[in-house]
Amino acid sequence: MPRHRGNPNDKPKDLKGTLKRLFTSLKDLRKYMYIAIVLAFLGSILSIIGPNKISDLTDTISDGIMIDNKALKNISTNIENDLKTNAPSVSQEVLTPDINNDTIRNIMANNDIPAEDKAKLSSLASGNVDASSITNLPDSIKNLLYNDKEIKGIKVSKEDRLKFLEISSAININANAKSNSDIQKLIKLVDSYPESVKKLIFDDYKYKGIKITSDDKIKFLSVMSTVKDYNDGTAIYKTLDKLPKSIKEVIKPEMNMKKIKSISLFLLIIYALSAVFNFTQSILMAKVSNEYTKRLRDKISDKLNRLPLRYFDNVSVGEILSRTTNDIDTIGQAMYQSMSQLVGAVTLFVASIIMMFATNGLMALAAILSSLVGFILMFIIMFKSQKYFSMRQKALGKLNGDIEEAYSLHNIIKAYNGEKIEEEKFDKLNNEVYDANRKSQFLSGLMPPIMGFIGNFSYVAVCVVGAYLAMKGSITFGVIVAFMIYARLFTNPLNQIAQGTTSIQQIAASSERVFEIFDAKEMDDEKDDDFEYLNPKDAKGNIEFKHVKFSYDSSRVIIKDFSAKVKAGSKIAIVGPTGAGKTTMVNLLMKFYNIDSGDIVIDGHSINKLKRKNVHDLFTMVLQDTWLFEDTIRNNVKYNTDATDEEIWKALEAVEVDHYVKTLPDSLDYVLKDNGEISIGQKQLLTIARGMLKNAPFLILDEATSSVDTRTEEIVQKAMDKLMEGKTSFIIAHRLSTIKNADLILVMKDGDIIEKGTHESLLKKKGFYADLYNSQFKK
Amino acid sequence: MFKLLKNFKKIDFLYLLIITALIFFQVYLDLKLPDYMSSITVLVKTEGSKMSDILSEGGKMLLCAGGSLLSAIVVSYFTSLVSARYSRNLREKLFKNVESFGMEQMKQFSTGSLITRTTNDITNVQMFISMGMQMLIKAPITAVWAIMKILNKNLTWSIMTGGFVIALLVIIAILMSLVLPKFKIIQKLVDKVNSLMREELTGIRVVRAFNAEKYQEDKFEKINDELTNTNLYTQTRMSIMSPVMYLIMNLLTLEIYFLGAGLIENAALGSKIGLFSDMVVFSSYAMQVIMSFLMLAVIFIMYPRASISMDRIEEVINTKSKITDGKFLGTTKKKGEIEFKKVSFKYPDADEYVLKDISFKAKKGETIAFIGSTGSGKSTLLNLIPRFYDVTEGEVLVDGVDVKDYKLSSLHNKLGYVSQKAMMFGTSIENNISYGDNGKGKITNKKIKDALNVSESEEFVSKLKGEESFVLAEGATNVSGGQKQRLSIARAIARDPEIYLFDDTFSALDYKTDAKLRSNLKKYTKDATILIVAQRIGTIMNADKIIVLDDGKVVGMGRHKDLLKNCPVYKEIAYSQLGKEELENA
Repeated sequence: MPRHRGNPNDKPKDLKGTLKRLFTSLKDLRKYMYIAIVLAFLGSILSIIGPNKISDLTDTISDGIMIDNKALKNISTNIENDLKTNAPSVSQEVLTPDINNDTIRNIMANNDIPAEDKAKLSSLASGNVDASSITNLPDSIKNLLYNDKEIKGIKVSKEDRLKFLEISSAININANAKSNSDIQKLIKLVDSYPESVKKLIFDDYKYKGIKITSDDKIKFLSVMSTVKDYNDGTAIYKTLDKLPKSIKEVIKPEMNMKKIKSISLFLLIIYALSAVFNFTQSILMAKVSNEYTKRLRDKISDKLNRLPLRYFDNVSVGEILSRTTNDIDTIGQAMYQSMSQLVGAVTLFVASIIMMFATNGLMALAAILSSLVGFILMFIIMFKSQKYFSMRQKALGKLNGDIEEAYSLHNIIKAYNGEKIEEEKFDKLNNEVYDANRKSQFLSGLMPPIMGFIGNFSYVAVCVVGAYLAMKGSITFGVIVAFMIYARLFTNPLNQIAQGTTSIQQIAASSERVFEIFDAKEMDDEKDDDFEYLNPKDAKGNIEFKHVKFSYDSSRVIIKDFSAKVKAGSKIAIVGPTGAGKTTMVNLLMKFYNIDSGDIVIDGHSINKLKRKNVHDLFTMVLQDTWLFEDTIRNNVKYNTDATDEEIWKALEAVEVDHYVKTLPDSLDYVLKDNGEISIGQKQLLTIARGMLKNAPFLILDEATSSVDTRTEEIVQKAMDKLMEGKTSFIIAHRLSTIKNADLILVMKDGDIIEKGTHESLLKKKGFYADLYNSQFKK
Repeated sequence: MFKLLKNFKKIDFLYLLIITALIFFQVYLDLKLPDYMSSITVLVKTEGSKMSDILSEGGKMLLCAGGSLLSAIVVSYFTSLVSARYSRNLREKLFKNVESFGMEQMKQFSTGSLITRTTNDITNVQMFISMGMQMLIKAPITAVWAIMKILNKNLTWSIMTGGFVIALLVIIAILMSLVLPKFKIIQKLVDKVNSLMREELTGIRVVRAFNAEKYQEDKFEKINDELTNTNLYTQTRMSIMSPVMYLIMNLLTLEIYFLGAGLIENAALGSKIGLFSDMVVFSSYAMQVIMSFLMLAVIFIMYPRASISMDRIEEVINTKSKITDGKFLGTTKKKGEIEFKKVSFKYPDADEYVLKDISFKAKKGETIAFIGSTGSGKSTLLNLIPRFYDVTEGEVLVDGVDVKDYKLSSLHNKLGYVSQKAMMFGTSIENNISYGDNGKGKITNKKIKDALNVSESEEFVSKLKGEESFVLAEGATNVSGGQKQRLSIARAIARDPEIYLFDDTFSALDYKTDAKLRSNLKKYTKDATILIVAQRIGTIMNADKIIVLDDGKVVGMGRHKDLLKNCPVYKEIAYSQLGKEELENA
């Protein structure tokens, strides 16, 4: 069963050691990784600054909607002062009648004035003259008592004075009025004063370089008088629009555009920077992970060629494939996605905790404690869901295995009426997967909403604790706002940290398996000095086995003591039942394995004294499992030689497959695929053609398969016979004709050579071979 | 996307309805949250606010958040339920349909492809459903709701938000058009790397024999480079995605605030406060709008993969087997009789007949052998009897009844089929041998022992750990090929059939075992009819009747000796395998 990628329960044996080794093996890529990590770190720092600045911006804008309370107060005090200080003296001044001896005399002399009126005046003249007493005087006299008068450069006309006299005598002016209705009465009253008097009471006022005329002041008073509820902010703001321009100018909110612009610019830079950091970091990690996995793959491909074949006896093809694909993929993916994410998340987490404690310890505790419950809940869920995930992985593995079996054995199931059994088995496994799926998905689906809730909960907690502390006066509003942000920042990265640690474990577990291949013992290096060289062209083809002893593992000796002399150009047939170990002979001849003791002497050279590559050059090997790769026919046939097309055609002709190749759509360029388009027989012919091109003095041949049709088999045999011409051939024989004509027959059973000789001699011996031979004709 | 819905059952739609309703509720609460947040902020900010007010607003906010959490939990429950149900039901449907397939459909899809469709493709679809379904419901609801909330607030901001959404979609579209085609290439390259590695491993002896290590390494490196470069191409392109998304979201907030400052500055005193709070609300809703569009974009990125998988699944589900069950239950007077009457067969869509006009009869207890070159149609002929394929013309009679009239299980009860390639289940040997149902009740231990005995398996089984209870690995890799074949023969023997069908079963055995096994079988089941397809003359030369096939036609029928005299095709085959001397001696 292939391992499923990203199994969260994949635990490495030695986490630290493996990571260390992985890190060392990154070599020159490390510097990119360092930069990426630094960038991730910086990016996180920036993301802490960002929200802080946004709240600054909000504050600045909100300051920009507040009216200038100071100016407003200033103006109202100024008006109040006018009323307090100017009003009494002005009214004194305006109302004091122009009484002197001349006026009295004039009045007395005036005949138009009735005598009783005159009497009233004279009674008055003797005492104090005040406004109220004058009010009581008849109009005729009043008219004479006030003349146009210039006060402080302002001309107060006689009419104004008289009017003012009338108003002020009606109501007692109370400049210190405090109650709302009083103020309003006062404002109305003042409003009714004659212009000249008003001007006298309210001085022009300059504030912040803006002239507020007495008129403006009066208008201000009148607008303010319409406000009914001073606690209703919006209502106040609405009346403000009716204020005189000068005052509006003075009190209007000041939007600090300069500050806003600078904050915005700062934010823009931060955003741009963090985008650039993120992008660069991501690209760097993509480079690191891809480059690294590429190296791993190349290294495995190289390594496999340096491993002794013995290694492959114990490790299955599927296992190695799973390491080169699944494991290396896991390493790449996890590296690309999680490494810098983890660094960023940890930075964010730690930095926001530090910032919190640096800002306010109590608030920090509140924020952390309020999320703690949530975190504990989250970890419990995470732990649980891991359990279900591995359950799911297991169930899925079992189900997939079952499906694979059921589909591969489809015919058998049908023919044996096994459908019901299979369906029951399938239903059971399918339900197990369903169950695990449902549970693991439910739990993992809970994570984001719980994270969200933790965030909201700590927001409220921070606000409440913050408000309490602010009321006590120990912190400012700014601190609360900052904490609102920290609380969010600090809850977010936890999920990423959890994911990141799982990824790192996966990386380590996968690396461990890949490193295992790297650590496997390689074949010995062959140094030139210790070896002889036998040129294939000079080789005659003699071979001698001298007391060969061999075993795959020390517990069981396969070949005990084998000796034989083979003359150049002879045929050696290797026969025996399936699994008798015929390939052992191939392995020894090709020096895929070293013999334990004894010697194989090739044209006078001990096989131990010849380099592996040299031995390989001496032999042509055509095996039963036709090994062709997904490539053109040309590349398959000329495989690793410099053969020209002409030579290739000649070889194809020799094995009589040239016609067939010519009928293919691209002839020599036809790409062979593993889809059964080309029959086994034809494949065999192509491999024989490949062997022909090599033209080595020795031949190892694996004869005939059971699944080739008779006609093709005949052609194949002819081709093989051609291939054997003039060569010393070792043939794993199935055909009687081959066996009978062999110069030497090696009979193998259970891995050992139990008999040897010619066909006749072996038949006479009446041993295993004779038995084997005769069984074909038994009834 | 609607093709996914097709496989929903009624109850699933009810669940979907519940999910949708809950998501509505959740979105409602989620969109309410910013209101409470800002009112708490205002309270905290205003001097002289009462603690009780803050607590009550905070309480309301938590109530909102808690409600949202609760409904999210229920939604998660139902989503996992629906998606797990979906994949289970779909897989079941697929599996049972494949079970009903004849050989024709199996060949049409190939076993490997069917396996991936039942496993990987279903997983792909399930992933999409479990992740996509929630997003697909939530994103439009959130987007529409949030847009409605802010639509009349301010034209400038709305236009700007719209612009950013468009920019976002354009960027995603461009990236996808660059990257998606590469994904397919990557898949191919990964396959190539795998097959190269497999090639290298399976052919390691050849590679070494040709000293071609360097050649292989270079070849591998080339593909590896190509894969790495393509991967790098897509990953660097995709690296733009996340920073740009964040940049867009951040810039949108910044823009709303910056423009907002200007708008407020120029507004009349009375509308400033309103504008300010609009701005704060707007930016938080605009974020929701952008996020929803992002979610939708993610769905569209995920969808193609699921869609392709779904197509592949549907292709299988919509393929129906042409082999229909008959009604006849199989009680016949005659036993072990097979007759082919002018049978012709061609594969669907093929022009050429594989079998042409075949007629023969096998009587009870006879051994009939078929021989001929590959492609002569001998295996196909055998496959017509258990109805792996149906004849194109003519009829096949078993015990005098047309095989098409039989109930399939009743037909199979009469047959003991052994395939060319021995296939065993990954279970104990006894379970393997007593596998299936032969209509005669459970297969006894004695039967199993006999079957092992007759099939020459007893000796090696007795050496295995646990003997009959020895568990075979998947693909029975823990016994040798010959042993596997012997066990598969034992399985047929234990079934006690009227008719044995051996499809080139004996080629994997050495001559000696082959001969011994057949003589055992003959002794053990005198009455059973045996049909053997073979390659080796030795296997069949003693058959009661040898039928020589060439190019789908019968070119010879009779006993070994007669055929040697009068059938050139047979003679050719015989001489290629055995010398003249041996043949005459035999």
